[in-house]
Amino acid sequence: MQPLQPISARLRVLLGILFFVLFFAGWAYATLGGFVSRTFLADPLTMLQDGYDLLVNQGFAYDIGMTIWRVVGGFVLSAIIAVPLGILMGAYKPIEALLEPFVSFARYLPASAFVPLLILWAGIGEMQKLLVIFIGAVFQIILMIAVSVAGTRRDLMEAAYTLGATDSGVVRRVLIPSSAPDIAETLRLVLGWAWTYVIVAELIGASSGIGYMIINSQALLATGQIIFGIIVIGIIGLISDFAFRSLNRKLFAWRLA
Amino acid sequence: MSELIVKSVSRIFPGVHGGKPVTALQPTDLDIAKNDFVTVLGPSGCGKSTLLRIIAGLDKPTTGTVTLEGKQITGPGADRGMVFQSYTLFPWLSIRENVAFGLRERGIAAKEKWDIVDSYIDKVGLRGFENHWPKQLSGGMQQRTAIARALANDPKILLLDEPFGALDNQTRGLMQELLLGIWEREQKTVIFVTHDIEEAVFMANRVVTMTARPGRIKSITPVDLPHPRHYTVKASPEFSALRLKLTEEIRSEAIAAAHE
Repeated sequence: MQPLQPISARLRVLLGILFFVLFFAGWAYATLGGFVSRTFLADPLTMLQDGYDLLVNQGFAYDIGMTIWRVVGGFVLSAIIAVPLGILMGAYKPIEALLEPFVSFARYLPASAFVPLLILWAGIGEMQKLLVIFIGAVFQIILMIAVSVAGTRRDLMEAAYTLGATDSGVVRRVLIPSSAPDIAETLRLVLGWAWTYVIVAELIGASSGIGYMIINSQALLATGQIIFGIIVIGIIGLISDFAFRSLNRKLFAWRLA
Repeated sequence: MSELIVKSVSRIFPGVHGGKPVTALQPTDLDIAKNDFVTVLGPSGCGKSTLLRIIAGLDKPTTGTVTLEGKQITGPGADRGMVFQSYTLFPWLSIRENVAFGLRERGIAAKEKWDIVDSYIDKVGLRGFENHWPKQLSGGMQQRTAIARALANDPKILLLDEPFGALDNQTRGLMQELLLGIWEREQKTVIFVTHDIEEAVFMANRVVTMTARPGRIKSITPVDLPHPRHYTVKASPEFSALRLKLTEEIRSEAIAAAHE
């Protein structure tokens, strides 16, 4: 194979699907063939059956809806705070000097470790779930956006200055638009992480959500349900990622031209 | 009457990591009259770009002052348009929006703004490409857009820092004629930095040569070739004589620079 040689769109899709098929085939072989105890790992058919039961008889759709709303809510909340802060930090060095050390420190605080504290502070309501995601996402977004804004090409800034742009004009008309694709890409990445945080938040002190269903199923040893829950998260992630990516491609077509 | 006065301008860059400071430009004086076309010629690293950036306000002189129409320059401004060697069109804006950048920044009304923009797009021969993105254009077309963008702002002086340096020879020749044609029709004060001797002679009223680092002005050579200049002038004996004179001057500097 020649390195970096592009392949056709059709082959790309086919190969992508092929691995899913292989994965499921391997799983089916291990479980249906009797190599793995059913107590520990349900086979794909049981998983589908359990999933159907969850959706039709146990109102799992409501749980999915709750989890999605928490992810979106927490993610939007952190984006509203983090995007402007990240831009300011990337654009103005004194602000960077002020915030960067703290944000770098806060970035390593594990969001999941905040769950007990947040239950103490905010109870076990929705606010607590949103705050877990907020803590997990906000510092990451700030830092990554600050880096991409600070990496704006100097010669573009200089060109804007020689065209009569003011300092704030350079921020508005050069720094922000030139890093906009990176900002969107950062948000796409962090949205994926937000899914991890939400499940952690739902494992403790929740009465709805995919994570809640998973922890309930553990008590019942319903591995089929657990796997179905995990796969649902994967599918939602795949869809949202695809949607985000196509939106970015549409918004920033100039990058691909 | 001098429009632009450069007075004992020097630039010393502080040493990095405890190294010795580097003198990029020795104290330099230069007067440029309105509508003059001056090319600055010198080997790489002779401080010609530093001088231009100081005039643009993008760099600050260590000593000395630059005044434009009696006003001292303290920073970049719309009265000094600049075309860079690197491609500096804003990649997220169409060609038309790129040319309109300065006008928009100054709050020119839409109708007037687009009239000006379209006239300059015509002047650089880019009609039909207005709605393309910079990435879709060749290097030569991008630099034509950059010239239109600088001129649309109607600056008092146009500064060009090796604008055609990255272009192939044929394109470069066409670009020289295009820029010279615009200058002949519209009159504008121009400072054009280049390391290409033929380019320097072809474009200029006066060629300023600079020494190897630390740079200073070595000579100023008037070019009395008549206007409008056609590319065939490059084959004339007068042109050849000027080229030879400047080649000799620059050659010794290039040798000095190579041995630094």
